[in-house]
Amino acid sequence: MEYLVEMKGITKRFPRVFANDRVDFNVRPGEIHALLGENGSGKSTLMSILAGLYRPDDGQIIYKGRPVSFRSPRDAIRAGIGMVHQHFKLVETFTVAENIILGDRNISFVLRPAAKERELTELSARFGLAINPGAYVWQLSVGERQRVEIVKMLYRGCQLLILDEPTAVLTPQESAELFANLRRMADDGRGVVMITHKLSEVMAVADRVTVLRGGRAVAAMTRGSFSERELATAMVGREVTQESRRQGSAEGRTVLEMRDVYALNDVGRWGLEGVSLAIRSGEILGVAGVAGNGQRELAEVITGLRPVQRGRIFLEGQDVTNLGPQALIDRGISHIPEDRLGTGLAPGMNAIDNILLKDYRKAKGRAGLIDYKAARSRTQKLVQAFDVRLAGLRAPVKLLSGGNLQKLLLARELSAEPRLIVAAYPARGLDIAAAEAVSRFLLQERRRGTAILLISEDLDEIFALSDRIIVLSGGRVMGEPLRTETATREQVGLLMMGAGGEAKAV
Amino acid sequence: MTRTYFGFIVEKKLMPSPWMVALVPAASLLLALLTGAVFFYLTGRDPVELYSRMWQGVFGSHYGLSETVVKAIPLALAGLGLALAFRMQLWNIGGEGQLYMGAWGATWVALTFAGQPAWLLLPGMCLAGLACGGLWALVPAVPRALWKTNEIITTLMLNYVAILWVDYFVYGPWRDPQGFNFPLTAQFTEGAWLPTLGDSRIHAGLLAAVLLAVAFYYLIYRTRWGFEIRVIGESESTARYAGINVRQNILLVLFISGAICGLAGMVEVSGIVHRLQPGFSPGYGYTAIIVAWLAKLNPLAILPVAFFLGALQVGGYAVQTSGIPSTMVNMLTGALLFFVLGGEILLKYRIRRPERQEQGVEAA
Repeated sequence: MEYLVEMKGITKRFPRVFANDRVDFNVRPGEIHALLGENGSGKSTLMSILAGLYRPDDGQIIYKGRPVSFRSPRDAIRAGIGMVHQHFKLVETFTVAENIILGDRNISFVLRPAAKERELTELSARFGLAINPGAYVWQLSVGERQRVEIVKMLYRGCQLLILDEPTAVLTPQESAELFANLRRMADDGRGVVMITHKLSEVMAVADRVTVLRGGRAVAAMTRGSFSERELATAMVGREVTQESRRQGSAEGRTVLEMRDVYALNDVGRWGLEGVSLAIRSGEILGVAGVAGNGQRELAEVITGLRPVQRGRIFLEGQDVTNLGPQALIDRGISHIPEDRLGTGLAPGMNAIDNILLKDYRKAKGRAGLIDYKAARSRTQKLVQAFDVRLAGLRAPVKLLSGGNLQKLLLARELSAEPRLIVAAYPARGLDIAAAEAVSRFLLQERRRGTAILLISEDLDEIFALSDRIIVLSGGRVMGEPLRTETATREQVGLLMMGAGGEAKAV
Repeated sequence: MTRTYFGFIVEKKLMPSPWMVALVPAASLLLALLTGAVFFYLTGRDPVELYSRMWQGVFGSHYGLSETVVKAIPLALAGLGLALAFRMQLWNIGGEGQLYMGAWGATWVALTFAGQPAWLLLPGMCLAGLACGGLWALVPAVPRALWKTNEIITTLMLNYVAILWVDYFVYGPWRDPQGFNFPLTAQFTEGAWLPTLGDSRIHAGLLAAVLLAVAFYYLIYRTRWGFEIRVIGESESTARYAGINVRQNILLVLFISGAICGLAGMVEVSGIVHRLQPGFSPGYGYTAIIVAWLAKLNPLAILPVAFFLGALQVGGYAVQTSGIPSTMVNMLTGALLFFVLGGEILLKYRIRRPERQEQGVEAA
């Protein structure tokens, strides 16, 4: 048996798009196989088909030498194929052991937790996956939760383990640990598929790699026969030129200053605990760290969406603490929120209305009615300048792709000529071209002298754009700000783990 | 997302085709009438004859037509009020209660200042009707704005309170001493009657409904405040992000929504009943919910939809003589709503047979 699983000519159509177009993909037992591609290239769809979530429109799956057709994830798991999704599917109020045996049909009617917990401890120890079966899931960090998901799949006897972007929520150190664990599973004879869009990860762990682009498999290579450069070219479809680096800009006066700011999170605990920072004009301050460590609270406190409990915030020397969103918009704070469609845009409204979203108060025409003619021509200009591909000016924006949504949002926020931009995960989920555009627009703003707070989990992005870097962990700024020129990833990673502990979950 | 049901594939459509937008409501209406027909047939009546008698009852005479307009006026007003709140995703189910409170307020003015001239009484009654309906809606609006209380429950419950409140007054302090012990207030003096069109029962409330529909259309689509309402309706989070005061708008919009429903109650007692009595509304505040939905919250569409549902009611009265209770209209209205909402699925999804190659995979 050469292949553990073989997918032949898999085709999956969604309305308007071919998510997968005659894709061939296979995994050998004992290997780590990276599935590389940009967002929207069809990686997740392909693996969802393998895990029984979708059914292919065409093509064949051969598993352990026999053709199979899975009707549900349960079918796939029974056959030995398990997928760890980006968003974990765990019950927070249950213990680790309870979560793992959830849905297991072979369990006796009366639960014997102690015996199960012992079994799970042994199982996880075999692969170096440290978990405590008695702990409640809500107590766990993101990294620990991921380990629970993996153990769950191992417990169900999965021979083929699929991980969807597993490192997105991990610190560099945690990622390294994960890779070691995956290697042990492969050495045990299992097949491991890792969905990713990060070249460095492919270089670090993959025995083989299949590259998807636009729903097609465009390359399949074996370790030693590929370089990072070749992978990038295959993934994007053209030579990738290194983004023009930041050029020096006259960093000037302090635009934003936070002094010892405290704020509550959504569940009423401290989300920010004594955060102090300063950003000068023409400077990008990168905020690194795992999401859920005060990032959202930080962005919302500065933009007036969340009240400050203690401490003060100054904008160009003026105290703007708790002024409220409208006053802060009027004072030149732009905000690129993490939730583009649900917060940054009104999904069911059209592009014109969405461009108007923040200055409709000033768009007075005849008799106090909104001057839609002016709004329309302004929208047209912005759509062109920011290269937003619209179905039409009057179509609801929820139909746009992620990249176009973000460009439309940037068009509105940057055309306001802000003094300060708060950008939360501005490139998350975007394809390379759109992410490049976002970087370009932000750097352009920096040259114009705007102060920018860049919150991101992507260290590549942080290092490429920021002048200085701070790390937010557990609601506090860890250590001193680092200058990008001298900082290393290891330094940042250590700070992300806080005072010796692990990055905390939300 | 694609799913398969009974061998059919159901896919999400990105944009409904203009064809379907026109076709689906028409087909829904037809199906509702067909459902009714099956029901009539099973109870031993001739559906064709029944429907033609309903049609005759409505369009066969001036009286039928004017009665239809009379029924459409409160439906249109309350529908406009409710649609405004629905637009903001505020589910005001309390139209009936707000209508009762508006009627109560108007009655208080009419009884207290009985005998005064119309130029004094009518504006006073309008204001009282608006204020009472609005304040009644503000009762559930405050906890909704402050603590996100579920307004569906609170507005619905307050209907019963409002109806009993009116009952208390007509059975008690406001009962007409000359009314042979019937639970009615004294008839209003003529100054408190809305002017009518010729000698029909169509009253000035029609003018109010038409003017308000146009005003609301401009309000929602062209003004800055309407913009805020639409953004809040899309996403509260987006509204807060854009610096819109969500709480203030919840209070304001529910107040206005209730006030317009109150106005519907005012025109009903001032234009038609000329007194307050229990059960003066045959559930206008509830039917108005259907009006608002069928009109897809578009203020201009509310007028024809209200006329249509008014016609159904009048048609229902017309067939009572053949032994069919007029409440069968409720069944037709229900079937209509059911099919229209069901038809929405056809606008949002495409349903098709799997092609041969797709079937092949299933067999594999």
